[in-house]
Amino acid sequence: MYDMIILGGGPAGLTAALYGGRAAYKVLLLEPGAFGGKIASAAWVDNYPGFHKGIEGAELGQLLAQHAERFGVEAKKLKVEKIDLAGSVKKVIASGKEYLAKTVIIATGTPGTLPRALGAEGEEEFMGRGVSYCATCDAPFFKNKDVVVIGGGDEAMREALHLSRFARKVTIVHRQKQFQAAPKLLQKAEAEPKIEFMLETAVKKFEGQQLLEKVMIEDLKTKRQQELEAQGAFISVGRLPDTEFLEGLEKDEKGYIITNENMETSIPGVFAAGDVRRKSLRQVVTAAADGAIAATMAIKYLEKL
Amino acid sequence: MEGKPLEIGDADFNREVLEAEGPVLVDFWAPWCGPCKMVAPVVEELAKEFAGKVKVVKVNVDENTDSPSRYSVMSIPTLILFKDGQALETMVGFKPKDELADKIKAHL
Repeated sequence: MYDMIILGGGPAGLTAALYGGRAAYKVLLLEPGAFGGKIASAAWVDNYPGFHKGIEGAELGQLLAQHAERFGVEAKKLKVEKIDLAGSVKKVIASGKEYLAKTVIIATGTPGTLPRALGAEGEEEFMGRGVSYCATCDAPFFKNKDVVVIGGGDEAMREALHLSRFARKVTIVHRQKQFQAAPKLLQKAEAEPKIEFMLETAVKKFEGQQLLEKVMIEDLKTKRQQELEAQGAFISVGRLPDTEFLEGLEKDEKGYIITNENMETSIPGVFAAGDVRRKSLRQVVTAAADGAIAATMAIKYLEKL
Repeated sequence: MEGKPLEIGDADFNREVLEAEGPVLVDFWAPWCGPCKMVAPVVEELAKEFAGKVKVVKVNVDENTDSPSRYSVMSIPTLILFKDGQALETMVGFKPKDELADKIKAHL
């Protein structure tokens, strides 16, 4: 039986683990991917206090993991399949094995590996054949090609600007009447001659033989559909918390876990920390702070048992 | 097959992958790609786990363009499992280790 099982090895989970381990509790941390969570895929972290020259995301992730391991935290690279939080003993099933704990800290974030799918026809079929969720990764494959970017936030603008360095033409397709992106980013995109904009328009279908050749788009006002030639389609409609498997916890309409300022969820002994909970600023430093609070409150809970 | 991924280029692709004996897992990656960095430790673990059974190689698509374009790699990370010169399984994007291991086991 563990005192604390922590789900997720990003900055929130690793900080919680470090606090739990340092207080000499028996801590198990479960992470299916790389330590560092979302920052492992961020090229550069420039605003984490103390690292005054900035640090590579993957490296900061490794340092956070080493820090937790120094205090005896057991970390396993496993994906959680099922979880039962209701009783006083929490059950976590990962890779077919059952783990028991007195408290659980959920720090599963909004996995960078789980970008929100658009849900259009052919999306899955053409994934890796033209449909992509990461312009930074895949832009060089689309030199002198026509691409669309689907979305209207900051990330969509950044992806379009990055793509404009490689592609022949970039069309940003967005459902709303206006873009949500920060005005400065939007201005930058508008100033780029390769970028075109289509508002109140939605992508309905991805088409092609082996590889993506065109997308079917619909004007949401007139319902008229037209084909747009595109060898690449970059989907940037946001990222979501992956909390469907957590039953019985109070969440908001997008799936973010609702906590109080002590990171307590609606279930006693269950805490949430970092990007997975409803909050207004999702940064490494706030994730780490959440993790510290969650572990400290979990320790208080354990002391009362 | 020493249990560590081997870095190869276009020039070695025929010899190290297509003409190799037994299954070969190829990780197409690039230094600019965040999800590739997340996949890298998983690929290393797979190389260890399947040591002696599956050869694991990495192709940097930044320096090598022929082999990725031959196999229509348009998104990285992409892992392709080869056997007897044939691409048997293509896995695009970050996937947990268990899922990748199951796909590999199916072809052993």
